[in-house]
Amino acid sequence: MLRPTRFLASSLFLTVCFALFPPAPRAQEKPYIVTYDQFLEEPRSLEVEYFSTFGTQRDGNQFHSYWLELEYGATAWWTTEFYLDAQTTFHDSTVYTGFRWENRFRPLRREHFINPVLYVEYERVNGADKLLKEVEGHDVESNFAVPNAAARQEIKNELELKLILGSNFKGWNVSENFLSVKNLAGEPWEFGYALGASRPLALKGAPKRCNFCPQNFVAGVEMYGGLGDTASFGLRETSHYLAPVVAWNMPSGWTLRASPTFGLNDNSRRFMIRWGVAKEFSGFGDLVKKLFGGRS
Amino acid sequence: MKPHFIALAVSGMLLVGSLCVAQKDSHPEKPAKNSAHDYTELTKAPEKARVKPNPFEKDPDAAIAGQFLFENHCAECHGEAGIGGKKAPSLRAQEVQNASSGTLFWLLTSGVTRKGMPVWSKLPEAQRWQIVRYLKSLGPKPDANPDKPASPTAR
Repeated sequence: MLRPTRFLASSLFLTVCFALFPPAPRAQEKPYIVTYDQFLEEPRSLEVEYFSTFGTQRDGNQFHSYWLELEYGATAWWTTEFYLDAQTTFHDSTVYTGFRWENRFRPLRREHFINPVLYVEYERVNGADKLLKEVEGHDVESNFAVPNAAARQEIKNELELKLILGSNFKGWNVSENFLSVKNLAGEPWEFGYALGASRPLALKGAPKRCNFCPQNFVAGVEMYGGLGDTASFGLRETSHYLAPVVAWNMPSGWTLRASPTFGLNDNSRRFMIRWGVAKEFSGFGDLVKKLFGGRS
Repeated sequence: MKPHFIALAVSGMLLVGSLCVAQKDSHPEKPAKNSAHDYTELTKAPEKARVKPNPFEKDPDAAIAGQFLFENHCAECHGEAGIGGKKAPSLRAQEVQNASSGTLFWLLTSGVTRKGMPVWSKLPEAQRWQIVRYLKSLGPKPDANPDKPASPTAR
C-alpha cells in the first residue's frame, strides 16, 4: 500500500528542488491528456510529469488516480517513457497499480501534411488500475466498482500498439490515435481511439518575455473511447469521453494542463477532472554523462 | 516503513540531488568547429520552400520576438546568439546567413531528425518565421569579438 503522505512528501521535495535549480527554459506542449500528438521529446531532454484524475463512480466510491511519468528524448526520432501508477479509492484504500514502458518512433524524415508516429508499450498493471490513460475495448464504469483488495489480485501484462497521426493546419494541431491492446494472457485484442484538436490563443510570439502572453496558452478539445475487441468490434458496451483541454506553457519550462471530462454514454463515468504538471530538463542526457565522467 | 521503501526514497533523493547540483554547472559551452557537412541539409530544400518570402520581413518586432523564441527553444544546442554549441553548428556561418528565409523556415519545420535536430513544427508557423527573422538579423559571426551578439534589429 502506498500512503498519500509519502507520495505528497516526494512530490513536494521534487517541486522544491526543481524550483531552486531552474534549468534552461524550453516547453511548447500541447494540452492533451489522453491523445498523443506527432511531436517527440527533444533529444537528451527529460520531462518529468505528474498527472492526476479525480473521477466519480455510480454504485461505488469516487477515486483519485495519479501517475508519475519520465519522458526522455533518446534521439530526435525516438522517445522513451516510464510510468509509475497508483490510485486512491475513497472509503477504501490507496494502492500502487503498476508500471508502463512506452516508446514512440517517428518513421518519416520530413514534415508532411499527416505525420505518423508509431507507439509500442508494455505495461504490467493490476486490476485496480484506474488511470484511464487510454480507454479501450469494453472498458465501462462498472469495472471500477470492485474493491481494491480484490481487484489488485489480478495482474495484467499487456502490449499496446498505437498509430498516431498528427497534422498542423493554420495554427491548429489535429491528432488522431488508433490503439490496440493485447493482454498477453491470451485474451483478444481490444481497440480504442483518441482524437484531439488544439490551438494556441495567439500564433505570433510577443516581443517580450512574459508568463501570461496568449501564445503561452493552448486550448482545445479531445475525445476518446473504446471500440470493442476482436470478438465484438464496435460501439456496443463501450464508454466514450469528451474533454475540453487547456495548457499553460510557462517560459520557465513548467507546463500545467487541466481538463474537465464528461462521459458521453451510460457506460461512461459522468464526470472526471484531470490535471497535470510537467517540467522539462533540457540536456538531461548530457548531465548524466557528466555525472559519470563522460564528455557531453 | 519498510526497508525497501527507505532505500528507494534515499536513492531517488540522491539521484535528484546529484542532478540538481549538476544543473548548477553552467560553464559556457565552447562553440563547435563547423564543417561544411553541417550545412548540407540547407541545399536539400525544395524550390517551392526556398522561394517563400518571410511574412515578417518588415515587422520590426519580429526579430525581437524571434530572439525570445530562439533563447527558449534553440539556444540550448545552437548557443547564445546562434554562435554554435557542442551539439549543433553555428547559425552565423555564411551558409546559413546566405540561405533564403524560406530555406531556413523549411529546415526549422522539418528538422534533421536523423542528425539530432528535432522537428519544430510544434511551434506555430508565425513563430517559426519570427525565429528566421531573428536569425537573418544576426549576420555573420564577427571575428573580433565572437561573444558579442549582434542586435536583433540590425537588419
